[in-house]
This record gives sequence, C-alpha cells and structure tokens, in this order.
Amino acid sequence: MSENEKTQDKKKKDAGKVFLEEVSKSPLTLTILAIISGLILGGLLVAVTTVEVYEAFDVSFWEGIKTGARAAWSTYEALFYGSVGNPGKIIDAIKGGDAEEIRRAVNPFFESLVVSTPYIFAGLAVALGFRVGLFNIGAEGQIYIGAAATVTAAIFLKGLPAIVHIPVSLLAGFIGGGLWGLVPGLLKATTGGHEVINTIMMNYIAFRLSEFLLRGPLKNPDGFTPVSAPIEQSARLLRLFDSPIRFHIGFFIALFVAFLVYLLLFKTTWGYTLRTVGANPRAAKYAGMNIVQTTVIAMVLSGGLAGLAGANEVLGVNHNLALAFSSGYGFDAIALALLGKSNPVGVVLSAIMFGFLRNGAIQMQLSAGIPIDIISVLQAFILAFIAAPAIIRTIYRLKEPDIDIDAVTLRGWGGN
Amino acid sequence: MATNNNSANYGQSSPTRRRVMGIVFLVIAGLIYFIFSRTLDPGVQTTFKMVPGGSKQDIPDWIFNSLPLINILAGLSLLAGGYQLARGFKKRTNLVLGLVGGMFIFAFLTWATADGSLNLAGLIRSALVKAVPLTLGAMSGVLCERSGVVNIAIEGMMLTGAFVGALVGSLTNIYIGLLAAVLSGGLLAAVLAVLSIKYKTDQIISGTVINIFATGITSFLSARFLQKYQELNDPGRFPTIKVPVLSDIPFIGPIMFEHNIFVYAVFIFLIVLTIALYYTRWGLRTRSVGEHPKAADTLGINVFRTRYVSVILGGFMAGFGGAYFTLGSVGRFDELMTAGRGFIGLAAMIFGNWNPFGSFSAGMLFGFFDALASKMAILKVAIPSEIMLMFPYLATMVILAGVVGRSQMPAADGTPYEKE
Repeated sequence: MSENEKTQDKKKKDAGKVFLEEVSKSPLTLTILAIISGLILGGLLVAVTTVEVYEAFDVSFWEGIKTGARAAWSTYEALFYGSVGNPGKIIDAIKGGDAEEIRRAVNPFFESLVVSTPYIFAGLAVALGFRVGLFNIGAEGQIYIGAAATVTAAIFLKGLPAIVHIPVSLLAGFIGGGLWGLVPGLLKATTGGHEVINTIMMNYIAFRLSEFLLRGPLKNPDGFTPVSAPIEQSARLLRLFDSPIRFHIGFFIALFVAFLVYLLLFKTTWGYTLRTVGANPRAAKYAGMNIVQTTVIAMVLSGGLAGLAGANEVLGVNHNLALAFSSGYGFDAIALALLGKSNPVGVVLSAIMFGFLRNGAIQMQLSAGIPIDIISVLQAFILAFIAAPAIIRTIYRLKEPDIDIDAVTLRGWGGN
Repeated sequence: MATNNNSANYGQSSPTRRRVMGIVFLVIAGLIYFIFSRTLDPGVQTTFKMVPGGSKQDIPDWIFNSLPLINILAGLSLLAGGYQLARGFKKRTNLVLGLVGGMFIFAFLTWATADGSLNLAGLIRSALVKAVPLTLGAMSGVLCERSGVVNIAIEGMMLTGAFVGALVGSLTNIYIGLLAAVLSGGLLAAVLAVLSIKYKTDQIISGTVINIFATGITSFLSARFLQKYQELNDPGRFPTIKVPVLSDIPFIGPIMFEHNIFVYAVFIFLIVLTIALYYTRWGLRTRSVGEHPKAADTLGINVFRTRYVSVILGGFMAGFGGAYFTLGSVGRFDELMTAGRGFIGLAAMIFGNWNPFGSFSAGMLFGFFDALASKMAILKVAIPSEIMLMFPYLATMVILAGVVGRSQMPAADGTPYEKE
C-alpha cells in the first residue's frame, strides 16, 4: 500500500466525518429529533396508561413490553389512518370506482388540510410577533374577534357578488384581529406594558365579548342557542369537492398569505427593520429605526393574520359563529411558530403537521379510545425539546452549533 | 433597566400625576352624581342584608334613603378631587384612590339596589371565596418573580394540583390528597426552574410549555381514568370550620371566619410571606437576587440556589391553590376547571405590585366583580354580566399601562443569570 493511497483513504473518512458533523449541527436535525423524541414519549405515555399492559406484566416482563408497544403502535396507526386515510380502503374504493366511496376514503387527508388552514394563519401571526421580539399569546382572542367581524360582514352585507363579498369579509376579519393586536402593540410601544400580560387579558376580553355578541346582537333570531345566523351564500369560500370533503380554497389563500409574509420579512426593507428590531432593539435604535412604529405595525399585522384564521373558519368551514368554535388554534399556534423557527416555510410545514395530528387524533379517539388531549402532551414534549435544545443535544450527543441563528429572542418582562 | 429610570420621575409627587389623579377623582365624583344621583327618584330606599345566607347571626337589615347617601359620596369624591388638585395627598394618593374607587362601587350598589334589596354580606363573603385561588396564584407568582423568574405557568400548576388532589384524595384521604397536590405543583415548578435556570430557556416559553403539558396531561388522564372509574374522582371536601370566638363578631365573623381551611390558609400565608419577604434574611436575599443578581452573587449569595428554592416554593403555593378547586370547592375534578384563574392570579400579582397584601387586595377586587356579575341578573341592571366580567382584565391593562401608577416589577425579572 503506497503512501498516496493511505492519505486518500484518510480524506474519504474525513468527508464522511464532516458530513456527520454538519448533520449534527444542523437545526433541522434538532427539530426532527425533537419530534421523534416527542412521539416516543407520547407512545410511552399511552403504554403506561393502558390497563392491559399491567395485566400483561403479571404474565411476564417480555409480554408486558410487547403489549405496551402494541398499544403505542395501534395508537399511532389509528392516528395515521385518521389523518391520511386507510391505504387499503383507498385502494379498494378506487378499484370499486364509486365516486362517493372514493371521496369518503380520501376524506381524512383533505380534512387534515382543512384543519391545517387556520393553523397556518395563526402560526404566521405568532411567528411574525416572534420576529419583532414580541410574544403574541393573544392569537386566540384575535381569532375570536376576527371571526366576529367576519361573520358580521358575511351576514349583514347582502346582495354582493361573491368576488366582492369574500374579500370584504376576509378584510373584516383581518381588521378585527388587527384591532385586537393594535391595543397591546400600542401599549407595548408607548408605555412598555408587557404584551404577554396584555394579550392574555385581551384574550379573556375577546371571549367575553364574543359571548356577549352571540347572546345579543349576533344571535340567530330564529334560534335559542348562542349561535349566529348562517352567513350569506355569496360569502362562502368555494369548496373544491362534493360532500363529505370540506376542503376549500382557504388552504390556498393561507399558502399565498404565507408567501406574502415571507416576501415582507425577507425581501423588503421594512421586513429587515422588523427583524432588526426583534433581534437587537438597541442596535435598531442607533441605526435610526423607528421602534415604536415597527412594533405597533407588526402587532397589527400579527393580530390581523390571526383574525384571518377566524375568518377562514367562518367562511370556509362553519358558515356561522358559535361559542368556543376555535379549539385552541391560537394557543397551538405558539407551539408551531416555535417549531417552524418563526420562518413562514417552517410555519406552513409545522401547521400541516399539526393539522394532520389533530385531525388524526379525532379519529384515534373514536377508534382506539385514546383521548385527543394526548396531542397537547406531544406538543409540550416537542416544544420543550425545541426550546431547550441542550436536552436533545445531550441525549443524542450532538455537537453545539457555532451560533444559534434561529434562537427566539424576546424582549424582557420590564419593557424596552 | 430603563423602566426603573422612568419610574423615578413617575413617582408619587410628580405634578402631572398629581393633576391627573385630581381629575380622576373629579370625574368619579361627576359619574356618581350624574349617572347615579340624577336618575333616581327622591325617597327611594335601598336595603342591604347584613348576614350572608346560611349564617345564624341576627343583624337587622340596613335600610336607608338611596339619594342622600349617593349625594354624600359624590360630595366626598369632589372634596378629594379638589384637595388633590390644590395640595395633593402626596404619599397617600393611592390610598385615597382606593377610597374613592370604593365609594364609586358603593354608590353603584346603592343605585342598583334602589327599591330593592341586596345581600351585602353575602356579596363580600362570596368575593372573598372567589379571591382565594386568585390570591394563592398571585402569591405563587410573587415568590417566583421576586427571585427573578417569570412564572406564567401558574395556571398549569394549579390545574395539575387540582387533578392530583382529586385523584390522590380519592385513593387515600383529603389530607394526603392536599399534600400530593402541593408536591405536584412543586414538581412542575422544578421543571420550570431547570428549564429556565439551567438551560436558560426563555422563561415565558418554558412557562407556556408547562401550561400546554398540564392541560394535556390532566385532560388525557381524566378522560382515560376519572370518567371511567368514578370512584377515582370522589375525594370529598374539607369541612367548614367556624373559628370559635372570631366567628361571633357581628357582620365580619360570618364573612371571614366561617370557611374551610383554604381561606384561613390564605390569611396565614399572607402574613407569613410578607414577613418572610420583607423581614428575614432569606427574603432580603431572594429580593436582591430578583433585582440585581450580579451584585447578590458578588456578596456571596448563591443566585441559582435562591432561584430554585423560590420557584419551587411558588410551585407548592400554586399546587395548594389548585387543590382548592377540587378539595375545597367542587369536590371532584373537571377538565380545565381552573378556567384561566391562574392567569387572573398573575394579573392580581401585577395589580398588587408584586407583594402579598397587594395581590390579596387585587384578588378581592377581581373576586368582587366576579361575585357581582352573578348577581347582576337579580339586580335587574342593564349591564350584561359578560361586560361586567371584563373589568378585571381591563383594570389590569390600565394598571400595567401605568395610568394609575407605575408598577414596580423586580428589575431582573425574566432574565436568566449567567455566572461569569
């Protein structure tokens, strides 16, 4: 073996090593490992809360492990079938050729996209806040106010063509949510009142307000329950397939909005200002950037995006406004904005993942008897790992990255 | 940081603030006169019942002519406003503000009850009961934040405490249930502490993670076990204990001294925590770590250990507050039963300026509006209860905005400490 060959061999090894090192430093690896670890812990939770597992442990240790693994597996299987559809059923339906049967078989997949849509809007809302250094916990309230504004426009404006009525209703939702973001934004920028407290308070005010509206002015005069009248036909978002598929064009609107947010953040001067204010307000100030204005506008946009999530639910899915119509989209949005590293692309991907998880979980609850709340537990695990990457790095022996560019920097409790 | 410099010239004696306060008093006087007094017929009577329902004390109802009393209250507010503008109450401004606010509420009650009757004692008693979880939550926040760790996970800790209290209480007895609830709050707090002190995660994010986790795990376990096996969700409740002599005091006795241990615990914790924070070496150290950790470290105080201790103690407090829901109030666990009380507790803490008695006052105020909202239907006033219930949230935002006086948060609150 010549000297030359030896160095060549060494070089090859180095290339492999370098690749591994790059992988272990990449933030994406971290995210994926966080998700996997979360899923494993979730499966473990299912296993330890299944009574049969303990009975099997009485038989033998190995039997117990097997039963536990089976319980976790069947949970995730049900989750998969519920969110994507049962592949066997889909193939059978296509072979059978009955159109309704096919629609029913692929419905879970489209339903997951329907659930993803408000997540995209709300996730973008929280992500935009993070980018400017603000923690918008108020997305849930903004969703409610946006939905209330939208439903008002969609019920009481009559005789408009759909091409006008839909944009007007969406705009109403944007303005409603934007208003709910404006207040904490202004308070933050002018008095230093922390947006976390203010948005939490605004959430509760929004809940009470929509409760009041639904028992009073917005209540369906023909009904007894606190539900609004159905919205005008002309305000409904187009559905692309026949029943039972509820998939509507709102999904594409959400993708388009995500694209706009991406352009705004990364391709405009104002977006640069916004990110600078978020990353280092002091530097932004010395560079002559207007922090007050940027903060306020960012909060308005953030609230408006959340408002669109509410508008989307009203115009595309429910066609009316009910109490507690949003099952915590605004709160889940915090998790998925963190998971998506406050990047529009990341947010869309995480939103779709959350949509599939939540929709699948509904099926899982029905067929495997696992309460849907396990989704929140999964979220918490994943989030904890994302927020404290050191934990994941220690478990999987990953290398420290040189700089953590994606770290969320929030401004301190005390203002400024 | 910058806030503190601002607050220096925002202090009690600044002329702007003096004038603003004077105008506020005058506006309140005007409101009392024009809204309440002008809309009443002379000769109308208001009846306040002075004994809460279920108590055996015998105090005659308090019946008086509504109009003169309201006019007197308006006049007093007017005087307060005038004096404030001319001379100023200086250090006592906030006290006077509280008094004037109280007069406004009293005038409102008198006006709303005109020609009818209201159980005043019952209202105050129910406000006190509703203030219990809020105050406990707020004191949990005080403990954590005085040492410089923001705790927005009070809600999650309380929910977990409520669940664990119900479950363990059903399996054993309520005393062990209570202990377990307290420990579970402490456990979550330990997670918060490790995440935010050791891993230096953003404290608001780690708090949010704990909230999500607590909502998920309690609902999950409740749906999986408590609903199927009802006997796991039947812990019983702590009995009402009449304090021997004190409960015989007229009016005050039945309001304050005929409760279960949770209400008395609030009184005790208030005193203990105040003394501990302001009159002991431990308190001084905790507060110094919250204000200026580097200086504290230089003086040889272990910043990390101090923070761990405070946060975990705060978790115990929140767990205790959570147990109130299951073991002190309802007697079983329902999903999401804390219903945002932890967040209102956080608001009460801010409102109360990060100190125990302030938190309690804020808790009482919020509890009062909560109690009043449920009485609005009886009073036949045109304010919907939903609007009434917005008050605590609005008030908190106003306080936070510094309209009534800058709140003084610990300077290092929310910033992880990096040892050099």
